[in-house]
Amino acid sequence: MSASTKPKLKVATTSLAGCFGCHMSFLDIDERLFELVEHIEFDRSPLTDIKHVGPCDIGLIEGGLCNAENVHVLREFRRQCKVLIAVGACAINGGLPAQRNPIPLPMILEEVYHTSPGLHNGLIPNDPELPLPLNQVHPIHEVVKVDYFMPGCPPSGDTIWKVLTDLLAGKEPVLPHELLHYD
Amino acid sequence: MSNTFTLDGKEIPFQDGQTVIQAALDAGVYIPHLCHHPDFPPHGSCKLCTVKINGRQTASCTMKAQAGMVVESNIDELNDERRALTQMLFVEGNHFCPSCEKSGNCQLQATAYQLHMLTPHFDHFYPNRPVDASHPDYLLDTNRCILCSLCVRASRDVDGKNVFALGGRGIKTHLLVNAKSHRLGDTDFSGEDKAANVCPVGVILKKRQGFAVPIGQRTFDIKPASEYVDSRMPTKEV
Repeated sequence: MSASTKPKLKVATTSLAGCFGCHMSFLDIDERLFELVEHIEFDRSPLTDIKHVGPCDIGLIEGGLCNAENVHVLREFRRQCKVLIAVGACAINGGLPAQRNPIPLPMILEEVYHTSPGLHNGLIPNDPELPLPLNQVHPIHEVVKVDYFMPGCPPSGDTIWKVLTDLLAGKEPVLPHELLHYD
Repeated sequence: MSNTFTLDGKEIPFQDGQTVIQAALDAGVYIPHLCHHPDFPPHGSCKLCTVKINGRQTASCTMKAQAGMVVESNIDELNDERRALTQMLFVEGNHFCPSCEKSGNCQLQATAYQLHMLTPHFDHFYPNRPVDASHPDYLLDTNRCILCSLCVRASRDVDGKNVFALGGRGIKTHLLVNAKSHRLGDTDFSGEDKAANVCPVGVILKKRQGFAVPIGQRTFDIKPASEYVDSRMPTKEV
């Protein structure tokens, strides 16, 4: 790719119920970041600290949905982004946070805040500022239309690079065998 | 007429009594499959090996090869359906690859890669299924069971122990352990059994050897399932 006079594509990223591992993996494209920023500029992202997403070409979603705020942010991304991409296992199938799904939520809160050692007279948090947890963790495609998926826990820097450069070149992203992993 | 049929235009020889998938695998041609195993009679349940024979769909593991058949397998119509079946298997169970010891050596995962499955597509069931750690040497995690019945067939037909069975019907079908307590530890199951070594997914796992092979060197890190032809063969070497 060479620098062109085309307007830069706007890219927004967020981590919902994720661990920021996919964002770390994004940084693993290393010096290719310099090439990338010739073609894109970041809107809302942990890299910019912009709080609300504006109109964007590409939205990258890490993590699934474990609380009401996750759902609001996801819907805002879907409204603003022409292309929405699920990045990593949690966005695609709920991932590690979804391992709580077979256990009823009250039982989990009870165990964490009342039963397990460490919190003497612990209270279940109920500040109105806190987003309410969902009964189960859901992957993002169960709530909004998702255009592309990048599996992996996390997807490698090379996988993220391949999908982004394919999109920048106006092609459907294709992942060869060595870049397609669920773990 | 000689004993051959064509598979995606390629001439495949067969011996009398062979099924289409047996002849294809012998000839080095991969047809996606999960419940088929070369050591066992066909079960015909996973339907991943479905091919088109003379224009009609049928399971290649149950269909006997006949001279002059025109078989289609690696076509979009079939691969799209195979991918949908695989996606349904993923959402019906709890297949969280990053925490599974079988990851990288799993035939379900490798088949999904082969079919280029990028998303489970359907809504997840997140079923609540038991994990049985009662056996001293083996773990039974039914969250990952795809009901291929290979352990049932191996335990009944080879080991002569009848340790496993499939019970229930439809979506409630599940793996049973043949003990009053329903616990693997209360059966005569052992690591020497054929049943201990046929699970294509991460249900029957040997304890204390998880994650022994690093990422990058596992069976299907090295090459895709189609290049092993019979994707079960590498598990014998591991």
